[in-house]
Amino acid sequence: MLIKFRKFLPVLSLLALVLVWQVLATCLNSNNLPIPLVVGNVLWQGCLSGQIPYHLGITLLRLVVSFSIAMLLGCGIGVVLGRNKKLDAFFDNWLVIFLNIPALVTIILCYVWFGLTEVAAILAVVINKLPNVIVTIREGARALDQDLLEMARCYRLGRKKTLLHVVWPQLYPYVMGATRTGLALVWKIILVVELLGRSNGVGFQLYSFFQLFDVANLLAYTIAFVAIIQLLELMVLKPLDTKAQRWRR
Amino acid sequence: MIAINIKSKTYPAKGRAGQHLAIADFKLAINANEFVCLVGPSGCGKTTLLNIVADLDRDYDGEIKVGQVQTQSKIGYVFQNPRLLPWRTVRENIELAIEDNPSAENMDTLLDVMQLSQFQHVYPERLSLGMSRRVAIIRAFAINPNVLLMDEPFVSLDAATARQIRTLTVKLWQQRPHTVLFVTHDLREAITLADRIVFLSSAPMQVVREIKVPIARHERDNEQVIEAFRQQLLHVQHSTT
Repeated sequence: MLIKFRKFLPVLSLLALVLVWQVLATCLNSNNLPIPLVVGNVLWQGCLSGQIPYHLGITLLRLVVSFSIAMLLGCGIGVVLGRNKKLDAFFDNWLVIFLNIPALVTIILCYVWFGLTEVAAILAVVINKLPNVIVTIREGARALDQDLLEMARCYRLGRKKTLLHVVWPQLYPYVMGATRTGLALVWKIILVVELLGRSNGVGFQLYSFFQLFDVANLLAYTIAFVAIIQLLELMVLKPLDTKAQRWRR
Repeated sequence: MIAINIKSKTYPAKGRAGQHLAIADFKLAINANEFVCLVGPSGCGKTTLLNIVADLDRDYDGEIKVGQVQTQSKIGYVFQNPRLLPWRTVRENIELAIEDNPSAENMDTLLDVMQLSQFQHVYPERLSLGMSRRVAIIRAFAINPNVLLMDEPFVSLDAATARQIRTLTVKLWQQRPHTVLFVTHDLREAITLADRIVFLSSAPMQVVREIKVPIARHERDNEQVIEAFRQQLLHVQHSTT
């Protein structure tokens, strides 16, 4: 009985959130916070008209491209810095500087330098995300078990086997960490990028609705986007994590 | 055979300038398929020596020859800590070390001799220390090494488990003879296992004395025989500490 109850706990918690929203919206009785049913209806209509899928698709495409570039580059550079003390000492200050540049500054500079183009938008997101990935993966590369690397050397496993079977499983938790924090960070930055310099995508739409004070549409787009990210977590990241961690007690 | 000739091996001295001389003028020749035990005080540099032979440490003055070649050929190394990959099962850990297609028959025989057949699909986290050590021993034998290095593989095991794994290891070695360099503190263990015992001094590590074990293999189960010979050797061991 208790186990069944636990299984439904996440659903119950979501329902409780909707309930709180409903109570608040009813009490306030204002256009600034419509009730869940109104937002649900706007969401449904947006889906039927194809507007929400179109803008959501554009934003997701930007997310996939910028996120993939940032992860690939970040993993490579992170591993190199984690294993090479001299390079790490040289580039450490660069990392600190890039980590501390506000996302907005990078976005504006990219638009100023490269124009209001798709490349500038993607580049701005990559530059914002890259230092975070590098720092996380660098920590993973530093923490690689020296004993296991020695074992691999002694048994002459070769570069490919060592990378695949000794290094990668140790880096995996760090890559997953960078992926999770990365997704959360990247989609927020993409919305700002779209708001400032693109004519499509969820960010652009949110800005339009802000000018019209259309809170129902603002919430509808937010819910649609968060739902997609949650789906990604549940359908892709969690199964990957479970598979990779099956050896743990 | 293996010819070890280390003129010097130094470490940076801690907290002060200069170098700490760990090994000096160390010469040792080991015949093919000979089981040699290295006995010496704690911290004298036995593991360092094994790391040099395994080509894990190249920062020394001297040379190691396995057969006629100076470069290392296949080395099986049983580390103090078994160093198994926790994300691979027992069988997968062993298979990874084997270069070519792992022969299932060979693997099954090894697992059977070491009494691990029923644990071959288990992850190392679920094994006891004794079982993990046995897996490490199988991995070392499985690659059919030119030299087998064993760094106190039975340390911190209870007496009964250590005895059991010792017996299994000897059984495996008798089935598949290899040149073995075995590090231990335990003189009784050295007598039970070795063809020859090499006593080492510390700071710097040098060969103090080499003694052939005159006890036949089939007599080494006899505790009294082992103890009698150990008594004879005690003064040699004491002279190294």
